[in-house]
Formats: sequence, structure tokens, C-alpha cells
Amino acid sequence: MKAKLFDYIEKDNFVFNLSGMTKLLCFLILTFTVMYSYDARVILVILVFSFWVLHLSEIRFSQIKIMLYYVLVFIAINFVLTFLFSPQYGVELYGSKHELFSLTARYTVTQEQLLYQLTKVLKYLSVIPLGMMFLLTTNPSEFAASLSSIGVSYKAAFAVSLTLRYFPDMIRDYNDIALAQQARGLDLSKKERLGTRLKNIMNIFVPLIFSSLDRVEVISNAMDLRGFGKHKKRTWYAFKPLVKNDVLALILCGLIVLGALCVAFFIDHGRYYNPFAT
Amino acid sequence: MQTKEPIISFRKFSFQYYSQKEPTLLDVDLDIYPGEKILIVGPSGSGKSTLAHCINGLIPYAYRGTITGTLTVDGKTPDKSSLFERSKKVGTVLQDSDGQFVGLTVGEDIAFSLENDLVAQKPMKDTVQRVADMVGMGTHLSSSPFELSGGQKQRTALAGVMVDDVDVLLFDEPLANLDPLTGKTAIDLIDRIYREYKKTVIIIEHRMEDVLYRHVDRVVVVSEGRIVSDSSPDELVSSDILTGLGNREPLYVTALKYAGVPLTPALRPGYIDTLDIGQVKAPLQRWYAAQPPHPEKPLGEVILSVRDLSFSYTAKRRILKNISFDIRRGEMVSIVGTNGAGKSTLAKVICGFVHEDEGDILYEGQSIKAWTIKERSLKIGYVMQNPNQMISKPMIFDEVALGLRIRHMDESQVRQKVEQALKICGLYPMRNWPVSALSFGQKKRVTIASMLVMDPQILILDEPTAGQDYRHYTDIMEFLRGLNRQGITILMITHDMHLMLEYTPHAIVISGGEKIGDASAVSVLTDETMAERANLKLTSLYALAQKAELPDPQTFVRQFIDYEEARRRES
Repeated sequence: MKAKLFDYIEKDNFVFNLSGMTKLLCFLILTFTVMYSYDARVILVILVFSFWVLHLSEIRFSQIKIMLYYVLVFIAINFVLTFLFSPQYGVELYGSKHELFSLTARYTVTQEQLLYQLTKVLKYLSVIPLGMMFLLTTNPSEFAASLSSIGVSYKAAFAVSLTLRYFPDMIRDYNDIALAQQARGLDLSKKERLGTRLKNIMNIFVPLIFSSLDRVEVISNAMDLRGFGKHKKRTWYAFKPLVKNDVLALILCGLIVLGALCVAFFIDHGRYYNPFAT
Repeated sequence: MQTKEPIISFRKFSFQYYSQKEPTLLDVDLDIYPGEKILIVGPSGSGKSTLAHCINGLIPYAYRGTITGTLTVDGKTPDKSSLFERSKKVGTVLQDSDGQFVGLTVGEDIAFSLENDLVAQKPMKDTVQRVADMVGMGTHLSSSPFELSGGQKQRTALAGVMVDDVDVLLFDEPLANLDPLTGKTAIDLIDRIYREYKKTVIIIEHRMEDVLYRHVDRVVVVSEGRIVSDSSPDELVSSDILTGLGNREPLYVTALKYAGVPLTPALRPGYIDTLDIGQVKAPLQRWYAAQPPHPEKPLGEVILSVRDLSFSYTAKRRILKNISFDIRRGEMVSIVGTNGAGKSTLAKVICGFVHEDEGDILYEGQSIKAWTIKERSLKIGYVMQNPNQMISKPMIFDEVALGLRIRHMDESQVRQKVEQALKICGLYPMRNWPVSALSFGQKKRVTIASMLVMDPQILILDEPTAGQDYRHYTDIMEFLRGLNRQGITILMITHDMHLMLEYTPHAIVISGGEKIGDASAVSVLTDETMAERANLKLTSLYALAQKAELPDPQTFVRQFIDYEEARRRES
């Protein structure tokens, strides 16, 4: 009956033992790098790196299966739409045109377009494992502390923690209310027309909102009474202090960024790798 | 003690919320000295929660209003900015032990106040461990609130305010959400903290008998914003102040009064343990001998029959194991047992919200296994604990009519049925009011009315009186008894032993998913082993009967209930 936002299963390995702050920082740094660079070679290196770390973290495939399917569908749609809306963007970008084959006059497939779109796919694929890893290998208790440690206001960071805390309660309330409404004859099953079903779901949200508002008063009183908001800062019980491995991980990520920037400055002379230039 | 300065001192203190027309507190004069243990009682709306808000500083920090007179806490007069300073002096444990649990784990929740004080991590962890050990939560630091019982959550909340080494501990209705035995443990724990750590303790609670299980120095009675009594428990129960104000006095005290014992402080009647039994034995024995035999009521035919019912959410843990019982038409039955014993699940299976793994449910001899939730709801109405979770329409009439309109009943018929249900529930004059204008008890009636329009034969109510003071409790229960007399069979899931004893002749006891008792409420509450297994407490009437050496304590309890019912019927 425990409905949690996602399942955190504690493990003892290099990735799990890193501080949440390290993982968040590495994730952000590498995301920045991948967003900046359009050099497929650099991105490929990061892709391999992120899958290697995913392997290290010992996350089971079943844990990320659903998320992964959503992501793949998203990438596929994105791939098709990019081609539909700007089929010649690659040509513009690289300043040359090597046709492969032609569907219509507008939709001509070029090597340039293919390289551009494949680079984009690689970008998504290399960042997503890192994001999932941060979510799945960081103790939920540490989220707020990690966010706050990279400069997010602690009140906003604590809101994340409160969401994780009370989300299961809301789900439980929702289920209880839904049952009570069904007992009065409200049909939420697929037998009912969509419009009626939506209206019936509204009948659940009204009591859910009112009973949640009751709770907000209790929570805010409890927080006030224990001094929340007293100082400009606060410390965190669940913060994992940085150790040697954290520094190592940060240096490694730093080197990757540096490498990527070097490639951009000295080899590509810009963000794009252009194999078509002569 | 009188030579010390009071730590909390009200002088001619009045408070009026900006949103209210009348002051909620009026001319309060109250001194609380360091090291005292005080119980504050009073019906809902008497101002006792407001008094607590004044003491802990939420007034004037979070709730605004007009203050006249003075209040000093540790020599200081509070102002809007002093809530944080105050929280270092006065630690408050709120009533809702789940809602006030703001951390994701026990450790984080206890540390909350230290985090806000910028305490470094190492000393913070040490303090958390030390304080958690004090309340017996030291081995649960990484547990999430979903894995804890109500009592454990309350202990966590207590630890969360004790990390600040406060002088005053303020408990707002600490027993409200606990089963009787856990409540008893909580009172023991509060008493131990009070003695070992020399705290000043203030307990706000209307279940006086349960608090008086341990010593308190003074009982302060609040009514309509004023303090009407401030005395020792012995003096208080010897007077008639409590009964006049719709508060409940301890049951054994009521029994002594019925037996014609003139109560005086000299009898030490404040606690059952100190009561001078030698002086009351004779009148009790005389009263016992004079009572008429228990009237046997004819039983109706079986209306609901549960046969070998088993249920589990997951393969690992079975919630209900082979439960069987019969409910007869016109009965009032309580289903009791510990939190998580499976009581609510049982109700859910009966209503068809979840499906049994094995066993059968018969309604008037016919299996209802194949019935949908909607079909069952025409026979069995289910009323949730919190009316706010059931009410989805802004107007009373529409709310009650909802179930009929969904079934596309003709509007003129809807009107007739709704009006009839509203009349039964005493809500007819308010039929065109918005729901938001109603009190908690009235909302409860709305939810019951919205079930009644569907003409159910059985009503199942989850904790119908939770969090209600004696007067509202009596209102709700008398109303249910009235429905019962009109032929509706009533099942109640409850923790309240008074309710069980006074209103439900038949009790079903569930423990660990199994039925361990199915008998009269009187025999359940006088059976030591059963009460213990189900986290119940023996009634103080039983203890009194034993002390007075009455021939059969169980008969005495039954006599008391019969006598009370006869009195109520007369009045």
C-alpha cells in the first residue's frame, strides 16, 4: 500500500556512496557539456562514460524500464518532428549539401541533416542515464540537502522534501475518497463516458483539496513551532559530507568538461564538428 | 512551590481572533509554576486550544487578534517576533502526530529544530541519538513515517521538541489518535519524562480519566473562554463542575455517585488507586444488590454473515485470516482492535472496495460476492472518519442528493427523499446552507444523511466520534442510537471504550487479522487477556468492582450500563 514517488533501494557501491551534492553537480556539469557541444565524438565519449557509470551503480533494468520506454518514444518523436519541420537545418548549419536520397523536393535526406539529428539523439541518450542515476541512487532525504548545497534557497529545497513526504499521504487520501465516492454510485471505470468520468473525478478532487488544506495548517504550525525560517541558512541532518571519492568524481567530470572545451576551441574552432568542411 | 516565580502567568488575559465576533478567551488568570504537571480540560470550542496557542506563541505569530491583559512566559511578554525564542522554552506536541511529522525519516524529523538552528552535523547526530533513546525511538532513526505506529510517531514528535531542552512541554490532545493501551503508554512516558527531566508539563485533553491514570498536580477546567475551576483532581471530581459543563468525569466516579456516595476530597477520589475503598465499599455493595436483572433483548434474524474471510494486499502479509461472524438485524456492533489489525480492511471488504481472497459474505442469506460496490451501497452504507473526505458538493442539499442523482432518480422524488433524510438527521432547517457553514459534527450528519437517502439496511461507520468532546460524542451517538431504533443495523469501527461499553451491546475484537473475540462489550472490557491482545484497557468500573469486592465485577459493569441507559431514557 506504500505509494512512493519512486523506489529508493539502498546499495553499497561507488555511485550510491557519493554525496547527493556530488551527483547533482556532476549531472549538471555533464549536461552543460553535452548541451554545449555538437561534436558527436565528444558526445560519444560522454555517452560511453554515462553508461559505464550506470553499470557501476548496479541499478536493475526493471527499475528504469518504464522510464526508458518513455524516453525512447520521446526521442523517436523528436527525431521525426525535427525532420518534418526543418529538413534542411543540417545543410544550413554545416554549409554543404551531400544528398543521400530524396523523398520530395522539400524532404531531401542529406548527410548533414543525418549527422545533426544523430548528434541530437546521442545528446539525449548520454544525459538521461545520468539524470535517472541521480534520482535512483540518491536517498530522498538527501535531495533537499543537495539542492540547497548548490545554491537553491533552502525553503524551495525543503518544499521538495515535503512533497516526497506527503505525496504518499495524498495518494492514500485520493484512494479512500475515490472508494467512498464509488460507494455512492460514482462510476470511475471505463464503462462510463469520458466526459462523465472527468466530472466524477472532479468530485474526488474537491474533498481531496479540502482535506489537504486542513493538513497544511498543521504542517505549517509544526514547522513554525520548531523554528523553520529562523535563519538565512540551515544545516541538514541528511547531508552526506564530501569524501575522497566525491572529489575524484568531481575532478573526473571536470576533466571531461575541460576536454570537451579543448576539442571545441582547438580542433573544431566552435561548437560544431564539421566533417564536411574541405 | 509558591515561593518560586511562575513560568507562565496569565493576568486578566483576553484574546479575540480578528475573524470572530466574541473573544475566545476572557479574563483568564492562571499561574503555572516550574516543575508542575497541569491538565487542562474543557469541551471543544471552550478556548483550550487557544490557550495552548497563547502559551506556545502561535498567537500572535500565526493567528492574529486583539489581546488585552498580560501574559508572561519565563518573565517575557510575547510579541510577533518571539515565536522562535518561545520555542526554546515551550515545546509543543501537536494532536495530529502524522501531519506534524515533517521529516522523511525519524532522525530527520527529530533533527528538524536543530537544522533550523544551524547546528553542525556531528553534534546534531549525537543529540538526535541521545534524545531518541530517551523516548525509546533510538533504534528507529532511519524508519519512514509509513512504517511507524501512531504511538511511535508521537514519540518522535516528543523527541523533536526535546532536542531543544525546553522547560515546558505542552501536549495538545495527546490521546486523540491512539488506541487505549497506546494512550496509556503515552501517559506513562509523559510522566517518566516529567519526573526524570524535571520539566513543566501541560496536557490539554478532554479524556480526563485516561490522563488521571498518572498523577497531575492540578486540573484546570475551561468553559466558554473562562477558567471555571483550578484545583486538585480530588477536589475536582468531588464537585459537580464537570458534569455541568458537558465534560466527562471518570466512569468510576459516576458509579460512586449512582451508588449514592457523597464524594469529598478526603476520600481521595481523583485517582482510582488513591480512592479510600473502605468508605465506599458498603454503599457499592448495597447498590449492586439492589439492581434489577439485565433485561434480555430478543435477537433479530441474521442480516449479515461473514464466512471464513481472508484477504491480503500482497502475497506476503495476510491482513485478514479466516474471519467469521454474524450480525443480526437491529444490532449495534463495535469492531475493535489495534491500529493495523485489519478493522478498516474488513469494512472495505464488506463494502466491496477490495475483494476477498477466500470466504464469503452473505446478506440476508444471499452471497454478495458478485455484487459491485454500487450495488452493495444500496444495502450497506459506509461513512468515513473524516467528513471532509466525503463531501464533494458545496451545498448541503446537493451533497445529500448526489447518490440519487447519479442513479438518475426523478427530481421530485429526489427532493422528497433528501428532505426526509435531512429531517432524520436534524439538518432540515439548514437544507439550503452551504456545507462550509457547518461544524464537524453537523458535517458528519450530512455524510450520514447522504447514505440514508439510499435506504441502506446497514451503516458502517469508521471512528464516528474521533476527536469529539463528550457533548458532541453524546450528540452523535444518541443520533446513531435513534437511527438504530428505527431499524438500521449499525457497525462501528472504534477505539473508544466508552462508546463500546455504552452503545454497543455486541463487540467483535480483531487482532493481527484474526477474530479473537465476539461477545458483549461488557465481557470484552472485563477480560484481561483479550483486552491486552487487542490493545484495549479494562474499564475503571471493573477495577472499582474488584476493589469493592463485589461478587461479579462483570455484572456490576452491566448494571452500570443498564442504569445509565434507564436514566437517559427518563430524561
